[in-house]
Amino acid sequence: MPHVTFIEHNGTAHTVEAVIGKSLMEAAVDNSVPGIDADCGGACACATCHVFVAPEWEAKTGTRNEAEVAMLNFAAEVKPNSRLSCQIEITAAHDGLVVHMPDGQH
Amino acid sequence: MNDAPAPLGLTDHEAYSLPLDKIDVSQGRLFQNQLHLPYFERLRREDPVHYCADSQFGPYWSITKYNDIVAVDSNNKVFSSASEFGGITIRDRRPEVRRESFIAMDAPRHDDQRKAVSPIVAPQNLARMEAGIRERAGKVLDNLPRGEKFNWVEKVSVELTTQMLAILFDFPWEDRHLLTRWSDVATADIAAGVVKTEEEREEILAECLAYFTRLWNERVNADMQPDLLSMMAHSPATRNMTPDQFLGNLILLIVGGNDTTRNSMSGSVLFMHRNPDQFAKLKANPALLDSAVPEIIRYQTPLSHMRRTALEDQEIGGKVIKKGDKVVMWYCSGNRDDTAIENPNAFIIDRKRPRQHLSFGFGIHRCVGNRLAEMQLKIVWEEILKRFDRIDVVGPETRVFSSFVHGIEDLPVIISG
Ligand code: HEM
Ligand code: FES
Repeated sequence: MPHVTFIEHNGTAHTVEAVIGKSLMEAAVDNSVPGIDADCGGACACATCHVFVAPEWEAKTGTRNEAEVAMLNFAAEVKPNSRLSCQIEITAAHDGLVVHMPDGQH
Repeated sequence: MNDAPAPLGLTDHEAYSLPLDKIDVSQGRLFQNQLHLPYFERLRREDPVHYCADSQFGPYWSITKYNDIVAVDSNNKVFSSASEFGGITIRDRRPEVRRESFIAMDAPRHDDQRKAVSPIVAPQNLARMEAGIRERAGKVLDNLPRGEKFNWVEKVSVELTTQMLAILFDFPWEDRHLLTRWSDVATADIAAGVVKTEEEREEILAECLAYFTRLWNERVNADMQPDLLSMMAHSPATRNMTPDQFLGNLILLIVGGNDTTRNSMSGSVLFMHRNPDQFAKLKANPALLDSAVPEIIRYQTPLSHMRRTALEDQEIGGKVIKKGDKVVMWYCSGNRDDTAIENPNAFIIDRKRPRQHLSFGFGIHRCVGNRLAEMQLKIVWEEILKRFDRIDVVGPETRVFSSFVHGIEDLPVIISG
């Protein structure tokens, strides 16, 4: 199974096993990684699963979909590499993926 | 326990004996008397997307299941919030009292205006406000009567919520009661008597506009400060609002944060009182507040519904909603849907996924103030736990007659000496 790493705003890193076919958000929530709230449970309707994808991984995580763009509009500190982690589906190619988390989700 | 579907008797009889097509959940009395939940329970089972052809608010659809509500709430292309179609509550906004604000706008105008004010609740700003909110909450709690009956709503919930708004706007402290007054005036039903006529309402709101315009003029020429008014004055999306748009957005921010937070604060005392096992758990481990707070907000569901208008035909849950139809998402029902939330009628402060609830809505209109409201509630309870052994509710609560604001007007309590 692919391993992915979530890095909290304060620098603490959490490397967890992700499940192919599930979302990156679920990898965080299922492993109790703090900092991903995911209030809507992955419906792309809350923007509380916001992450920044490390630049070298952007090509493999794809681009934002339309609903994601609309929701990210309102997240705090949006950057060009901002994604909603519930919209990234884990594949075998994501082994080693690194994402950073914002100061807070709201 | 509390708020669970009423036991078999007249209530169940009423909810279950009516023919389905006669069920109209829009009546304020159902909510005032806590009779609404059995109706929604029946609808979720028998007719989850329910059409009511005739009500005091005209014909409307009820969306009652959690997942259907998320689907409607996140489909803002089909389901409009715009005031020109009637807005966001089951009661259509009458054209003469329609005022623009971004909660009742669709994209893209909504987006620009929301973006201008949402930084106020960004994590850094919340952190900055926290100490002030805590200090003032402590003062209010320290001054409460001991060993004597008082109304928790008036002495705590209203006062602290007003203070929170004053901090948010950096509003002159000694005048802060005006904020609550304007909120009440803006939302009151003429029948309720807060204002007697629409003219009187407009006069008082003109005073509100004049007061805020004065503050605006001071702040637009000063350096940017992290308060809501300065943010609006300095943001390109809101800098050139007409006076009416300015007033509309002010009222949105005052009203949005007022009744909702107040009623969560009142509800929380009632829930802890009625669920002593949960209160004991919290006292033993105050860190549980992180999950207790969202659970309080789910259980209260301070806004029972939000409304949309269909811009085209759309199928939901096997029914076809027609273009132009009024669609009501009953958050109070989705929050009790056992296909989405385990054991939803119980108040459980250490649920696994406590934030999975509908009280803040979902999609592009999802509550701007949600983390602020959570912080305010968390602080109050942290300060309560430091001071009081318990808060006893000593009489029946009085509730608001409304199918929109789910509120408590009077909650008699005693804190022992
Ligand atoms: C427990 C407390 C609160 C509850 C339950 C609540 C509930 C809601 C709900 C359900 C909506 C969605 C409206 C829709 O979908 O049409 C909303 C929007 C909004 N709320 Fe709250 N709210 C609370 C506290 C606050 C506070 C403290 C503020 C003040 C900053 C606030 C400001 C707003 C604003 C400005 C919107 C409009 C957002 C938009 O249209 O994009 N709310 N709220
Ligand atoms: S979990 Fe809500 S948008 Fe990703």
